[in-house]
Amino acid sequence: MTDQTEAAPPTATEGAPRSIELAGTDWQRVSPKYIVVDIVGYVIFGAIMTVAGFIPYWVSGWAPSALLGVALAVLFLVTIALTPRRVRAIGYALRDDDLLFRRGILFQRVVAVPYGRMQLVDISRGPIARAVGLAELKFVTAAASTGVLIPGLPLAEAERLRDHLVAVAESRRAGL
Amino acid sequence: MTDFTDGQWHRLHRATPLFRGGLALLIIIGILFGNLRDRFIDLVFGDSPFDGSSPGDPDYEAEAFEFLIRENLLLLALAGLVLLLALITAGFWLSWRLHTFRITDEVVEVRSGILFRTNRKGRLDRIQGINIARPFIPRLFGAAKLEISVAGNDANVQLSYLRSADADALRREILLLASGARRHASAADGSAVEQPPGTAAAVEHPDAAPGATADRAGVGALLEDRAREFLAPELDPTLVVEPESVVRMNVGRLIGSTVLSDAAIALVLGTAALVTAIVVTGEVLLVFGVLPALLGIGGFLIARITRSLRYTIASTPDGVRVGFGLLSTTNETLPPGRIHSVRVTQPLLWRPFGWWQIAVNRASRSSQQGAAGQQQTTILPVGNLDDVRAVLRLLLPEVATDEALPLLERGLLSPGGDDGYTNSPRRARALRWFSQPRNGFALTDTGVLLRTGAIWRALTVVPFARVQSASVRQGPVLRPLRLAAVHVHTVSGPITPRLGAIDREEGIRFFGLVTAEAIRSGVADTSHRWRASAAPADGAPA
Repeated sequence: MTDQTEAAPPTATEGAPRSIELAGTDWQRVSPKYIVVDIVGYVIFGAIMTVAGFIPYWVSGWAPSALLGVALAVLFLVTIALTPRRVRAIGYALRDDDLLFRRGILFQRVVAVPYGRMQLVDISRGPIARAVGLAELKFVTAAASTGVLIPGLPLAEAERLRDHLVAVAESRRAGL
Repeated sequence: MTDFTDGQWHRLHRATPLFRGGLALLIIIGILFGNLRDRFIDLVFGDSPFDGSSPGDPDYEAEAFEFLIRENLLLLALAGLVLLLALITAGFWLSWRLHTFRITDEVVEVRSGILFRTNRKGRLDRIQGINIARPFIPRLFGAAKLEISVAGNDANVQLSYLRSADADALRREILLLASGARRHASAADGSAVEQPPGTAAAVEHPDAAPGATADRAGVGALLEDRAREFLAPELDPTLVVEPESVVRMNVGRLIGSTVLSDAAIALVLGTAALVTAIVVTGEVLLVFGVLPALLGIGGFLIARITRSLRYTIASTPDGVRVGFGLLSTTNETLPPGRIHSVRVTQPLLWRPFGWWQIAVNRASRSSQQGAAGQQQTTILPVGNLDDVRAVLRLLLPEVATDEALPLLERGLLSPGGDDGYTNSPRRARALRWFSQPRNGFALTDTGVLLRTGAIWRALTVVPFARVQSASVRQGPVLRPLRLAAVHVHTVSGPITPRLGAIDREEGIRFFGLVTAEAIRSGVADTSHRWRASAAPADGAPA
């Protein structure tokens, strides 16, 4: 049921379209290197959570309580295995008057933010992302639920994008 | 009358320290002296001379006072007390003295603090609302708190306290400055705007002129004036456009709606459960486990009634004015274009009576009297369909036009079908058991209408000009059914405008339309400078 999100969007709407596809959108993809960043992050987090999940078993010695740790380990392994697809599903598009952002395979989400509504643009870099030269760009509007965060952009690209967005946001400034 | 907006620094009401804690201090001192009075009387007139307490007397009452007397430290202690009082008084006085504010054409600025200075500026064109609060005791003394809400969390500028009449005048002037009517422009038609208030105020408030006249006017006149101010309706009578309250709060309806509200039902059920549990188990101590919660709910309900009893809502040239409160009153002005979304809801038990409630999302949160939690966001506590219509017209004049009103009403009442709304398809029945026929959206030229709920009916309205962004989403449950969910993002508040389980195609269409309209109206919207376009023809936009 999730196969259509994979392929290039314009061709994916053949057959019986079920997922959300905006026809004719030219999605920009994030850097493939972000897959590494995401996997490393999940491996660290998953290892900690899995170890924590086994604590009840070690403390009590009751065999079924080990299931919690096993379940967590499986969950994180699946998450990690799906990372390349998940990262490929992230996309953004700079349209004339707004920024379009999509992410998610199972839980798809497409957001459009008019440039004039942007309150600030934020670049941040975690230690792993910095090691491979990536940065993430965050857009803040007056609505907390906008939640647009583009990960996995090469730093130069992120800075270029930020300057561009700030410029267009300024030229289209709207009230709150 | 006021020259607060001249760009110079001004101070607050002289009694401010009293209202902000000084009064409590005085009361504590009073109680202390009340307790020690007997001792003093003993000391001065007592027939037991205090050197007569024989050294061998084991009468150690562990009484600090006795100890002081015995050790001849009384004077020292008194001196210390006086010093302490003097310090506190000086502190209060200094904090009042250093608490200054000024209003220029661009900003309102407040400086305060003795050791740690704070300086807070609010841009006038970002004002989200102006609130005049009159807590009970300051109200008795004719003082009021002015709070200017600026967009953002905890970004409010408070001026507490001012004289009541000054607060009203200041609000008028700040709104005038914020409205985009420049000072010179406002001075031109100022004769029309300012003169009637000026003269009226001078007639009605003898002490509105410099305080000296009030002092000479005598205690009787002063009391009379206070009483009039106290009993005066919240709506400023001096406005040019007569701001008649568009909604009459009906006491019966208010009490009825409170009794039938979810909280009241929870209270009844909780009490019943408690009584049953006590009867069955015979364990009376159970009361103490549940009572606090029940008392809390009860207090909330009573607060709701007293707060809403003198509810008023009216249109003024500078926005919608909403007043609440019986003893402590608040009275807030929301300039045009400050309301980000509106939700009309109907709890199940209100349906037979046709009552509705209206809540709004705003970019700022007023800190005033959040006790009942409803004042900041509930604009209409309870009202019938006529009230809803009137309030919607006030809140969203560009959306609730004459043509759109039938559509809005169908959004409230219609059970669904082909009535101008794009509803969920039949296959959504699995997810929207009862509301599927009615779960849908409609787009007017100026706003989004989202209709949800068959049991708890609700209609959410978001004007396009206030849409921050939009999203369409789909999870693993919606995808096999070819459904989608749409969200319209506005500033945070009690309302989350969203609509689930609509047709996928329609969802994408909705997303495209809302985004395009948000961009278009975002550029065209000028309501944040509501008087800038409507030139000197002042007071005309109602």
